[in-house]
Amino acid sequence: MNNLASLLERLRLIFHEGTGLLTDPAMLRTFECDGLAHHRVIPAVVVLPTTAEQVEQTISICHDLGVPFVARGNGTGLSAGALPVAEGVVISLSRFRRIIEIDAPNMRAVVEPGVINLDLTKASVGDDLYYAPDPSSQQVCSIGGNVAENSGGAHCLKYGFTTHHITGLEVVTPDGELISLGAGKCVDAPGYDLLGAFIGSEGTLGVATKITTKLLKRPELVKTLIAAFDSTTSAGAAVSAIIASGILPAAVEMMDALAIEAAENAVHCGYPEGANTVLIVELDGPEGEVLAGMERVEAFCRECGAGELRIAADDEERALIWKGRKSAFAAIGTLSPDFIVQDGVIPRTSLPQVLAEIAELSRTSGIRVANVFHAGDGNLHPLVLFDERIAGDLETANAVSGAIIDLCIKYGGSITGEHGVGADKVSYMGKMFTEADLDTMQMVRCAFDVDNLSNPGKIFPTPRLCGEVPGRHHGVHPLVLSGEAELF
Amino acid sequence: MSSQPITSSGSFASPDTPRRDLLDECVHCGFCLPSCPTFVLYGEEMDSPRGRIYLMRAALDGAPINEEMVTHFDRCLGCMSCETACPSGVHYGELIEATRAQVERSYRRPLSTRLQRWIVFSLFPYPKRLAVARRFLRLYQQSGLERLVRTTRLLSMAPKFLQTMESIAPRIGPRESIAEFLPSLTETRGTVALLVGCVQGSFFPQVNEATVRVLRSEGFDVVVPTDQGCCGALSAHVGRLDEAREFARRLIDTFEAHEVEAVIVNSAGCGSTMKEYGEMLSGDRDYADRARAFGDRTRDIAEFLAGIEPIAPRHPLEITVAYHDACHLGHAQRVKQQPRQLLSAIAGITVREISEGEICCGSAGVYNIFEGLAAAQLGDRKAGNVASTAAQLLIAANPGCTMQIASALERLGTPMPTLHTIELLDASIQGESSEDLLERLTRRDGSRTGG
Repeated sequence: MNNLASLLERLRLIFHEGTGLLTDPAMLRTFECDGLAHHRVIPAVVVLPTTAEQVEQTISICHDLGVPFVARGNGTGLSAGALPVAEGVVISLSRFRRIIEIDAPNMRAVVEPGVINLDLTKASVGDDLYYAPDPSSQQVCSIGGNVAENSGGAHCLKYGFTTHHITGLEVVTPDGELISLGAGKCVDAPGYDLLGAFIGSEGTLGVATKITTKLLKRPELVKTLIAAFDSTTSAGAAVSAIIASGILPAAVEMMDALAIEAAENAVHCGYPEGANTVLIVELDGPEGEVLAGMERVEAFCRECGAGELRIAADDEERALIWKGRKSAFAAIGTLSPDFIVQDGVIPRTSLPQVLAEIAELSRTSGIRVANVFHAGDGNLHPLVLFDERIAGDLETANAVSGAIIDLCIKYGGSITGEHGVGADKVSYMGKMFTEADLDTMQMVRCAFDVDNLSNPGKIFPTPRLCGEVPGRHHGVHPLVLSGEAELF
Repeated sequence: MSSQPITSSGSFASPDTPRRDLLDECVHCGFCLPSCPTFVLYGEEMDSPRGRIYLMRAALDGAPINEEMVTHFDRCLGCMSCETACPSGVHYGELIEATRAQVERSYRRPLSTRLQRWIVFSLFPYPKRLAVARRFLRLYQQSGLERLVRTTRLLSMAPKFLQTMESIAPRIGPRESIAEFLPSLTETRGTVALLVGCVQGSFFPQVNEATVRVLRSEGFDVVVPTDQGCCGALSAHVGRLDEAREFARRLIDTFEAHEVEAVIVNSAGCGSTMKEYGEMLSGDRDYADRARAFGDRTRDIAEFLAGIEPIAPRHPLEITVAYHDACHLGHAQRVKQQPRQLLSAIAGITVREISEGEICCGSAGVYNIFEGLAAAQLGDRKAGNVASTAAQLLIAANPGCTMQIASALERLGTPMPTLHTIELLDASIQGESSEDLLERLTRRDGSRTGG
C-alpha cells in the first residue's frame, strides 16, 4: 500500500523504529484488542509518543494522508473503544505518563493521559488528597482512557463520573491542532461546554494530551459494611430503604453467588460464607455523620433480612472487601475461559424484575450469568460466561448479552452506564435513539472530525454525516457547504 | 534414536511447549501491567505479561521467533509479580519458563551473548568452581587491586557484564566449612536438612552459619549434606530446562539419603524452584513422585520458623529495618507475612515498608548480568525507595537481591548495611546489642569501599 509507505516514511522522522514505532506483525498483534478481548483488529502501525508534539505530528500526518487513528491508554476498556482499525495507526499513550503537577492548595492535578488512575491518588496522599473516580480497574487504567469513556466506578453514586472531576484538557483535534478546552484549574468556562462534549466522546473528537483534574480532601472517616442476603431481591430492598431514608452512601455494591465465588477463588476476600448475595455499603464523611448513618444502614439491612453482617474493623479489612469487588471481572477468568462484561443501567427499583428476567435468560440459554452491580445507581454489570473454543458458544453468549441490554431499554434504562459504546454496542444505539438523535450527535462529531478519522467505527452504527444518504462516508457536510454551519 | 515424538505447534516444538490452555486463562484485563517492572520502565504492551502472553500465542500460531520477540521475552525478569497481581490465576511462571526453553533451543544468539552465557553457566551452578572464583575475588579485594581498578576505571573497557559482576560482588570474608551434622542445642524437636546454595554458600557463608545456629537453638538437629550441587534455579529461569532437571535429580538423590522432616532453604530463588520440582520432573517416571515429595518438604527458613513455636529467647534490638520482599519469596512462594512476623517478634525492632515493594530490584537470578541496563534502572529505583525509608538496616532474603540493592545504594551515595532475615534473628538470639551489630556491619562494609 503506497499510503502506508508514505505514512511510515513520515512517522520515522518522529519516532525511532522498534521502540517508538512498531511495525513487526507479532508486536502489532499485542495491540489488537483492549479489555474486551473478543473484538480484535491488528493495526497497521503503533506509535508510542511521549510528548504532545509527537501526538500532534502523528495526527497531522494521519490527517494529511487520510489514515484513521485510534488512541489507546492501557487497553483495559470494556467496550472495545480502543479497537484498532486495520489500515490505521494506534497511538498508544501508555508511555506518556508524567504527573506534571499536584497543586494541593487549589486541589488540582495536571497529568499526562497515560498516568494510571490510582497513581494520581498515590501521588496526592501526602497532601491528604485523592482523585475520586475509581473504576474497578483503577490500579491499571489510564486517566486519558477514563476521560475518553467518562468512566465511573463504585463511588460515583456520591461523587459523580470522570466528567465531574476534570476542569481542563489540552487536546489534539483530528486535524492535528493542539487546543485547550475548559478553564484550566477553574471550574467553568463561558460558552459552549466543549469540555463536557469531549469527555466521554470515546476518542472520536481527538486525543487528550494534558488533563487537569480535581483532587478531593480525604474524608475524615470511612466505614464499610458487608452484609449477606439470601436473595438479590432482599438485598435490593435494603438498597431502596437506605436511599429512601436520605442517606447518600459513597458506594453501594451488590454481587450475586457466582460473582462471589469468582472473587473468593481469585483473591480470598473472606465474604460471608454461603451468602447468596452480598451488599457492600460504604459511608464516608465527618465522623459523627458516618457513625450515625452506619447504625441506620445496619438496621435497614437487618430489617430486610440480612444474615451475617460486619463492618470492616480497619483499613486492611476494608481493602480486602474492595479487592474482592474490584477483582470480580477479571476473577471470572477462574470460572470461565471467556466472558462478556455487560454494562447497562436500569431504574434502581426495577432491579428485582430485571434480575429475574436475566436468570430466566440464563436458564433457557444454558449460558451462566454472574451479576455485579453498582446497586445504588442501578448500573448493572452482568458477566456472561462462555467458551470461545466451543462452537456456537460465543454467538449464544452474545445473544444473551444483547437480550440483557434489550431488557435495560425495556425497563427505561440505558445500554451503557460507564464502559462506553465503543465498537461493542454500536448496534444497540439504534434501539435507544432515533435516526434524528443519532444524526444530531454526528453533527457534533462532524464539527471536530470531518473525515471520520478519529477512532472510526465507534459509537455510531452507521458512520455518516448527518443529513446525508447512508453509505457516503466522506466529504464536507451540506450545511457547511451552504455556509449555514461552520467547522471548528 | 529418540522415541519422543516431535509435534510442531507453530514456531514452538515439543517438549516444553507453552500450553495453550494456560495461555487461554489470560482474560486480557491488564491488571498485571503496573506490577511488571518492565512495563513500569518501558510502558509498552510487549513488555508486559499480558503482551508477552500475546507473543507466546503468536509464536504458537506460527509467528517466527525473531530477534524482536526474543528481546521482549529476555527482558522479563521472571519476578512473578504478575502472578500476585493476576485475578485470573494465570500460571505465567510456567509459561515463560517453557517459552525460554523454546528460545534456547531454536534461536541462535549473537556470539558475544553466547559466550557470556557460557561463562555464567559454567561458573555459577558449580559450587567447586565458585569456591575457586571466591578465592580469586578475595585476593582481588584484599590485595588492593580492587581499589586500583576502581580508581583508575580500568574495567571500563571490559565487557559490560564483567563490569556488572565486579560491581555487585560482595565483600568476601573468611570461609568456615559447616559440619555435616550439627545437633540441637536443646532437647531435639526434629531433624531438618539445609541447602547451602551456590551463591549463598560461596559469597554469604555467614547466612548459612546463622541459619544453622538459629535452627539448633530452636531445638533442631541440622543435616548439611556434603557435596550438594546446584538446585537448578538459575538454569530453569533462563530456559535451560534439561540442565535444570539434571541438577534437580542430583539434588534429590543427595538429600534423599537423609531422613528429615524439612529441607530448609534461605535463598529465595532456590526455594521457589525446589518447590516446583514436582512440576519440573513430572515427565520423568523415576523421579516424578520423589520430586513432588521433595518439593513438599522444602521450606523457606522464615516460613519454617514462623510455623513452629519459638523456644529460643529473643533479646531486644533497638533498630529500624526496611524489609525487602525478594520476588521469589514474596511473589513466587507467597511468603510475605512470615519474615515480618519473625522480625516484629523481636522487641525493639521497627519494620518499615518499602514503597513499590512489589517491583523487582532488577537482580532476578542472572538478569542483572545479561540485561544490565534495565537491571541498573530497576536497581536505582529500588535503592531510592529503600533509602527513603531512612531505616538503619536493609533486610533481604536472597543473595542476588542483597548484592544488587547494596551496590545500587552505594551508587546512589546512600549506603545501608544489608542482612538476611535469619542473621538479624540470630543476632537477637545470640544477644548481640544493636550497637555491636551496627558497628560490626560498618566494619564489614567499610572495607568494601576501601575506606
